[in-house]
Amino acid sequence: MPARRIIACLDVKGGRVVKGVRFEGHVDMGDPAELAIRYRDAGADEIVIYDITASAERRVIDYAWLKAIARHLDIPLCVAGGIRSVEQAITCLEHGADKISINSPALERPDFITDLAEIAGTQCVVVGVDSRMIDGEWTAFQYTGDTKTITKTPRRMLDWIVEAQARGAGEIVLNCMDRDGTREGYDIAQLAQARARLRIPLVASGGAGTPADFVAAFVQADVSGALAAGILHSGAVAIGDIKRAVAEAGVEVRP
Amino acid sequence: MSVAIVKVGVGNTASVAFALERLGASATITDDPRAIADAERVILPGVGAAAHAMSRIDASGLRAVLRDFSRPLLGVCLGLQLLYETSEEGDAAGLALLPGAVRALPASTQAPSPHMGWSRLARVREDALMEGVAEGAYAYFVHSYVCPIGAATIAAATYGAPFTAMAQHGNVFGCQFHPERSGAVGARVLANFLALPC
Repeated sequence: MPARRIIACLDVKGGRVVKGVRFEGHVDMGDPAELAIRYRDAGADEIVIYDITASAERRVIDYAWLKAIARHLDIPLCVAGGIRSVEQAITCLEHGADKISINSPALERPDFITDLAEIAGTQCVVVGVDSRMIDGEWTAFQYTGDTKTITKTPRRMLDWIVEAQARGAGEIVLNCMDRDGTREGYDIAQLAQARARLRIPLVASGGAGTPADFVAAFVQADVSGALAAGILHSGAVAIGDIKRAVAEAGVEVRP
Repeated sequence: MSVAIVKVGVGNTASVAFALERLGASATITDDPRAIADAERVILPGVGAAAHAMSRIDASGLRAVLRDFSRPLLGVCLGLQLLYETSEEGDAAGLALLPGAVRALPASTQAPSPHMGWSRLARVREDALMEGVAEGAYAYFVHSYVCPIGAATIAAATYGAPFTAMAQHGNVFGCQFHPERSGAVGARVLANFLALPC
């Protein structure tokens, strides 16, 4: 394993970073470019930008602000938001993205994962999965950026991540929706089950509250990266605190 | 100084251009054989798949231009892999500026592939490209294929097994990691490349 990654996530709605709880009740947290630079300076290993309403509104991520952010970043940048064609993905790369994360469009047309991997390489293709426990099964959800559009899919999360991997995904970001914004800790049981089925990197998302939660995700669920948003935006936890805790637990992180 | 970033159809060419811009250099993203042949430095960037990238290089008439280029040439990530003779990825024939074959990383639950993240650089021999880069410095890697360790290797990294992280042979240089996304370490490597004598 390389050093485990601490990933700062910017959920963007209407050009502003927002944060909700369980994907609802979004509150303004600031300007995407300013926050991206702040997290870069604080030691973030990667920045992820989600244009969270793009898919639901049937539009693509805003290329102009993507470029404005990418221009200043010297750490990896992954983008997501309504990217549903290879051409759109390439346009994102041409505006400074390093990785493309696809979620709802991959569920609409799973072949999209394969098409994108063939052109851009698997290392460029991240599949985001929004998962919630329904009747005892972790189930994949779609169009989660807006409460009016959120839709349960017929897919079991554990089946979908294996299919996504087989189709050419280079990484899975598992958003455990029941933990989103709760600061109760990552859903270790769910992540560990997902990890056991994958031979591509898995990133934990949803529920980070304390540095100890990151340690648990790395030690107990063996994830490659852990993503956080709300606790970083509010200043409740600093990236440096997380990295110190992870290093003290004997897990390699980039200083 | 004129730096040409080779447009191979798919790639994070913008990231590379932005990194040079942050260092005060300007770059042109181009697939024009003449512009590339005339550039003072050429960067062959990279994300994408090897076979697809080589077919684009051939379609743009760039194979000979890159092979004959005599000023500093830097391959980044896939761009480094394309400098070797062959790649297992789509059975692609590379530019053969560096000897050896690029092979797939074996994937497992313990060592997921792609190798995606920050790993340490271990110096194998001194080279101007590595000047000022500390032993064990972290660089950002994203790749599913690896270049062999050989005489051209100036730095190695380990993921499962050691592989070439930085290479140099004559005017040809390469980084498996993304210097444009490797913070201060990557910026230093790019600055070193820009400072190489023509």
